Order: sequence, then structure tokens, then C-alpha cells
Amino acid sequence: MRTAWLLPATFVALCVLFLSGYAGAQKLPEGNSCIDCHRGLGDPRVTPPAEKLPEDIHLAKGILCHDCHGGDPTNFDPQGAMSRAKGFIGKPKHQAIPVLCGNCHSNAAYMKKFNPTLRVDQMQEYYTSVHGKLLRQGDQKVATCISCHSVHNIRAIKDQQAWTYPIRVVDTCGRCHGDPAYMKGYKVATDVVENYKKSVHYEALTKKGDLSAPTCNICHGNHGAAPPGLDSVANVCGTCHSLTEDLFNRSPHKKAFVSMGLAGCVTCHSNHDVERPSDSMVGTDDKAVCVNCHDPKSAGYQKAAEIRASLDDLREAVQRATAILDRAEHAGMEVSQAKFELHGASDDLLKARATVHLADPAAVEKLTSEGGQIANGTYTKGAKALEELAFRHRGLWISVGIILVTIVGLALKIKEIDRRRGEG
Amino acid sequence: METLASSRRGFVNFLLGSGFGAMAVWMLYPVLRYLIPPTSGEPTIASVTIPWKPAEVKANTGRIFKFGSQPGILVKTPAGELRAFTAVCTHLNCTVQYREEKQDIWCACHNGVYDLNGKNVSGPPPRPLEPFKVYVKGDQIVVSKGA
Amino acid sequence: MEQAPTFLARMFAQATAWVDERIDLSGLRELIRHKVVPVHRHSIWYYFGGMTLFLFIIQVCTGILLLLYYRPSAEQAFESVQFIMTEVQFGWLIRSIHSWSANLMIATMMIHLFSVYFTRAYRKPRELTWISGMFLFGIALTFGFSGYLLPWNTLAYFATKVGTDVAGQVPVVGHLMTRILRGGEDVTGATLSRFYGIHVAVLPLLTTGILGLHLFLVQKQGMSVPPEIERSGRPIPTMPFVPNFLLRDLVGWLSALAVLGALAAYFPWELGVKADPFAPAPAGIRPEWYFMYMFQTLKYLPAKIGPLDGEVVGVLGFGLGGLFLFLVPFLDRKTAQGEKSPLFFWIGAGIVTYIMVLSVLGYMAPGGE
Repeated sequence: MRTAWLLPATFVALCVLFLSGYAGAQKLPEGNSCIDCHRGLGDPRVTPPAEKLPEDIHLAKGILCHDCHGGDPTNFDPQGAMSRAKGFIGKPKHQAIPVLCGNCHSNAAYMKKFNPTLRVDQMQEYYTSVHGKLLRQGDQKVATCISCHSVHNIRAIKDQQAWTYPIRVVDTCGRCHGDPAYMKGYKVATDVVENYKKSVHYEALTKKGDLSAPTCNICHGNHGAAPPGLDSVANVCGTCHSLTEDLFNRSPHKKAFVSMGLAGCVTCHSNHDVERPSDSMVGTDDKAVCVNCHDPKSAGYQKAAEIRASLDDLREAVQRATAILDRAEHAGMEVSQAKFELHGASDDLLKARATVHLADPAAVEKLTSEGGQIANGTYTKGAKALEELAFRHRGLWISVGIILVTIVGLALKIKEIDRRRGEG
Repeated sequence: METLASSRRGFVNFLLGSGFGAMAVWMLYPVLRYLIPPTSGEPTIASVTIPWKPAEVKANTGRIFKFGSQPGILVKTPAGELRAFTAVCTHLNCTVQYREEKQDIWCACHNGVYDLNGKNVSGPPPRPLEPFKVYVKGDQIVVSKGA
Repeated sequence: MEQAPTFLARMFAQATAWVDERIDLSGLRELIRHKVVPVHRHSIWYYFGGMTLFLFIIQVCTGILLLLYYRPSAEQAFESVQFIMTEVQFGWLIRSIHSWSANLMIATMMIHLFSVYFTRAYRKPRELTWISGMFLFGIALTFGFSGYLLPWNTLAYFATKVGTDVAGQVPVVGHLMTRILRGGEDVTGATLSRFYGIHVAVLPLLTTGILGLHLFLVQKQGMSVPPEIERSGRPIPTMPFVPNFLLRDLVGWLSALAVLGALAAYFPWELGVKADPFAPAPAGIRPEWYFMYMFQTLKYLPAKIGPLDGEVVGVLGFGLGGLFLFLVPFLDRKTAQGEKSPLFFWIGAGIVTYIMVLSVLGYMAPGGE
């Protein structure tokens, strides 16, 4: 058939149309010499920018190559298109990148045309950061805008594929900070990425999908990236863990840490590999953090032991109560009321664990004894439920016994009647 | 012979009689107990009667109450209006509390803040607190799940 | 002959004499004196009808007791059942017995149905007994389906949703049927009210009538004897209904009572979680075992069979199966003519096997497909 080619051609055309739409890619503008030439060249040195462009948010807003690089996109002659006279700057130098981006992104009047709520102080912040300072000193390896936001295919910050999307931030920073070879010569730890990935914050972000969990930029800042100072680490942690920070500040540790030059929070909990805390961190055995400073004869050692004992008591009481209530529930008894009340004891345990930061055994004991009473009360309810269960079982066996006696009587009667019928 | 047979019959009759008699009592007893209504009155929980009188609840306070197996929070706004919400924080399920000085609802675990409409206004909570309906019947406050 | 009548026996005799003077009880006396039950190797099956009746009476009694505390609204149903289980004295016992007895009753009913089928007791002159029995079976399944929803827990809610969806597969009237069943487009409090009314009023009324007819016919016509035993020509030994058969019946009934008590004490019927129509269906929802084979069959059918939806074919298939059983006294010509009927034996065996295999498969399948 002469028109047989129509079908596969249509299919291919539809695929192309569909797939290009599917990739979220946009249509590249026609008649733009930069895009047309660079795409057509097929040279790995100059073609990639044009190929990445369809995903870029700047393209979506109508900002094209010449808006950053200068030149004349209407001129298809290489000399004319890339002429200095037309403002062509070629590939910008490393040092020049923040200023280049800042030409627009620090211009409030300009940015208002696109998104009035966007901040315009990123460049200013950047130069306060360690990256910015090193860049001004001539460092060629340090991060600039494009190191974190990528270039030519910059995605909106809400886009899940963006390098700056919360879940991906650690890998973006990790491109340098997690590479010991790259970071040779800088005085920064290079195990931060692998440490952070062990942390409970990373788990919250990736496994629990809690996008409010902290990643690199939350504690270090985005553009003004710098490690928080010794005396300000606790403030940073305290933006979320405000209650704990407050307790810590009221404790004797605060003054002591300041005078010893120790950072709050981080000293016991670490900064990057923040693990899920457990009761074993408190106390006097070898897993506890208290013994790192307090020696066995000190008052602090004694207090640590008391606090740990309180926590252990309540935790065990809650466990016992939970176990017996579970047993009762499993056996079919209704114990939802008791289980609800047990929540109160678990809440007290949670609060007691937070109160550890006050380093005051009396405060902890107040909570644990209250919780203990609740737990013991619910334990009693669980025990009662099991007693009721035993009562039911006893009742059943008596019923079965009575029924059996009756059945035996019936059986004998049946035999007797059958016999009599035989005789009579 | 005759007496043995008749005494055996007598025994069987006795057995049968006592068996049925015992069964009758054993089965009638639970039924009679069942018919007597229990002291706790009525089943609850799609709606809950708060254990405090409306007059007892002061303005600009909030208290936790039990709603089924979950905690709820009863709030009297500074203007004097009674409102109730679930007290389970929408972030990670801690129990929220009322803050007098800020006149808002606060979650101590990660500093989540809700306004007095239950709307999440700051901190990690992703969703507002589910509101309950509050009815005041004379001297009683009844809270029920919003339909 | 008898030893000296006991006090109770004397009271009873006086009471019946008083009634006899006013209503002639002689017909009843004759029945009691002369009703006999044939004794042969298939006599054991005779007990299952009475057992079903006994369990039904248990259902009525426990059901009435539950009625006193149950509240049929979406807001309160679950809580009222919870109340019965936890606060009411012996409420746990009444409720668990009611739930277990329902299942036991349907089991004995199915044994009764198939034992009657295989002993061909449906043949002339007992066609009406069979028809009324099939109606009673349908009523029992409806009792089960409507009662299942009443605790208003997650399992019940979704099982009802699925079940009423299946009803909607019937061509032409399906959607209307579903709307009538549900009291609306979805399963809501309206459904609960409707099911409650059906469960405690409509069905008991129907049962009273049809069960009355069924029992009357059984008394009037006596017990059927399997064809091959009849054909053998040998005289068939019998035993008096009162007291021999009745006492044996009683042994069975008391044993069932003991079993029910043990089940209530050791395997209390679960309460579950209150239904939340907005929550997604939990994995592994299943109907009760007596619907399992239908449920599993529908799962296996492909989405389309010819021009029809797979589910429609399934529902029509069950309809036809039910109709076959309903009309079997009229379809089984050979038995009607007094000949052996192997075809109907194998059809029956096939149905029983199908039900058993599909039910087992239903329980073995991992939750959700």
C-alpha cells in the first residue's frame, strides 16, 4: 500500500510529541542562533548546555542564552553572534559567577516582575559565607551558585528533581564535602556526609517523608553557608528543639560548657551523625555520655546515676503494663480505656527524658513517679482483666460440667427407655 | 431385682432432674444479671461529655480531655467561646497544650504552633488540628466528632 | 409401669387436662404418641434439622437480649456493642454466643440441606418442604449478611460495601437493587438502619411463616427414607419420636450449647475498630466463610467473558446454581420415577466440592490480589 508508511510515521510522531511532553521538557524557541548552532554542533564541549536547556526554569520565563552570556542570537554568523561588541562574555570565570547571577537575582525591581516573594539578598549572603570568602581569595574549587543549583537546567526549588530539593541537599553538598580527594587541603571534615546519612534527621527526611527535618542548609544556611559558632550551635538546634534548649539553658551545664569552650547539644549528641537518643546515654555505665566528664567521685556522677534509675523505673513500669494489657487484649478482653490511660505514663516518660537536660534528679523523679503511678494503675486494670478472663473460663468449665452431667443422665435415660421398649 | 432396677431408674431420674435444674439456674443467672442495666449508664464516644461544667472553664484556658481512646483539647477563647480539637499533633502525634501567654495551641515536641481555629501556623505540623463540635446542654458540655 | 409420678409430673398432667377441656388436644396427643422416626444407616442426618432449629432459637433469644442494649445508628452502633462487651454483665457471653451460633447454624443448615439432597428427601410428596427449606436457607444467609454489618466495624463496613457492589452486578436491576439495599448510593447510616430493620423485623416475620410451614409439613408427612433403603423392601425399624428420638436430640443440643459456651469463653468474637468510611479499605477484607466461595470465584473470573463483565457472569452463575437447587425436585425426573439418579448425585457432589475447594482457597490466598 502506498500509504502504509503513514501508520508508523504517525506512531513515531506521537511518541516524540508525547515523550517530549512527558519529560517535562519545554519547546525550544525557533530561530535562536545560540541554541540552533550549539545543538547542531554535536560537540561535547559546547552542545550539552543546549541539550539541558529544556528543563531550565529560566527558559520557561523567557530568559535565554544571551540574557546571561550576551551576544546576538539573531545573527547566525559565529563572529556576529558571539561578538564582544554585542556583550558576549563566553564561559564566565569561576570568580565572576555570583556577580553574573546576582545581576538579576539581586535586582529587586527586576525580580519583582517574575516573583515578588523571592528574596534578592542571596549574593550578599554568599559573600559572608566561607565559600564566598574563599572565592574572593581566588579559590577555584570552592562552590558558587552553579555548584548547588546546576546550570542550564536549573529547576524550580519546589521541583522534586532540583538539586536543592530537601531530600537531595545532602548529595548536592556532598559532591564536594563528601569527597576526601577533592577536599584535600581544606580544614574541613570529609566524613560529614556519611555521618549525616546515619542520623535520625536523615531518616526522618527520607524514610518518614518529613520535609521539615533538618538537612545541611537548615543548620548551616544556604547562601551564607558557614558552620554555626560554638556558642550558637545550641540556638540552631533550639529552633526545633526549643523545649530542650530551654531546659539546657537552665541547667548547670550551660555555664560549665561555656567556660570549658564546649558546644551545647553537639558535645553529647554529635552534630552530623545525630543518633536516636536512648536511655543508655544517661547514667554511669560505659555507653553513657555523662562519664565523659564526670568522674566517679563527683556530685554529677551521683546525679547521673539517680536520673538513670528514675528513667529505668518508669520505662520498666510502662513495659510491664503494656505487656499485661496486650495479653489481656489478645485474649479478647476490652482494655482500650486502660491503654488510653497508659498513654499518660508514656507521655510522662517522654517528658522525663526531655527533663534530663535540666540535670536535676528531683525534676526527673517528679515526672517518673507520676508516670509510674499511672503505669501501675493500668497494670492493675490489666491484671483485673486477666482475672475476669479466668473467671469466665472457670464459669465455662462449670457449665460444661453441668451439661455433661445432664448428658450422662440423658444417655442413661435413653438406654433405659430403649430397653423398656424392647421389653414392653 | 425389681428394687435394683427401680433404684437405678430413680438414680437416673435424679441425675436428669438435677442436671436440668442446675442448667436452668446456671443459664438463668447470667440472663437476669444481663437484664439489669450497668451503673455506667450508656455507651459513649461518638460524643463525649466533658467532666467540667461550662462555668468552670475559664477564658483563655485549654484542658485535655479523653475522646474515645485519643486526647482532645477543650479551649475557651479569650472572648469566651468554647472550642474543641483533637489534641494529637499532626506532625508526629505528641499531645498539644494551650499557651495562655501566646493565646495559641502549642506542641512541645518540636515547637509546632496552631491558632485558636486549629490552623497550623508555624513549625513542622503539616495540617490543622481536626475540630470537634461543641454543644452546651444546660450544665453539660458535649463534644462530638464533626460530621 | 411408671413409678409414682413426681410433683412436677402431676402439675404438668393437671395443666394439660385443664387445656384439654377447652381445646381438644387429642390430635396433638396422637401425634406425640404415634410419631416415629425410621432407624437405618442414614438416620444420623435426621438430627441436623432439629439442631438448626435449636440454634435458631438460641439466635432469637440472644438476639432479643442484644436488642435491649444495641443502638442502630452509625454514631452509636460500635460503641453500643463495645458497651455490651465490656460493661453489661455477661454481655460478652450473650454477644459471642450470638455471633458463634450464627455461624454454627449456617453450617448445620448446609449439612441439613446437602444431607436432604443426597438422600433425595425432596422427592414427592416433599417438594414443598424442600422449596420452603430453600427459602429458609436464603433467609438465613440474609440474616447473616444483615447482622454482620450491625457492629459497624471496619471489616463489616467493607464487607457490606463489596457485597452490595456484587448485587449491583445483576443486569438491568442491579443498580436499583444496590440502592435499595444500601438506602442510598453508598454504605451509610441509612444502610445500617435498613439492615437492622431487615434483621430484627422483616426476616423474623418471614421465618415465622415459612418455618412454621416447613415444620408443619415435616410433622404431617413424617421422615423420608432414602430411596435405596425403601427399594430394598425390607421392613424398616423405627423408634418413637417421643421420648427416644427427642432425648437423643437433646443430647446433641446440649453438646452444641457446651461448644458455644467454650467458644464464647476461649474465642470471644472480636470487636475490631470502628468503621471509618474515609479510610482506605484494609488489606485482606473477607466475607464470612459462608460467602467465601462466591467471593473467591469472583476474584478468579477474568474482567471480561465475551460481551459481559466477568462479575456479571459470576453473579448469574450463582443465580443459576441457586435456581437449580431450588428446582431440583422437579428436575430430578429419575428419582421421581423411582429410579437411581447418578447424574444428580454427581452434580451434588460437584457443588459440595466446589464450595469446599473455593472456600479453602479463599482462606489460603494472601490478603489482597
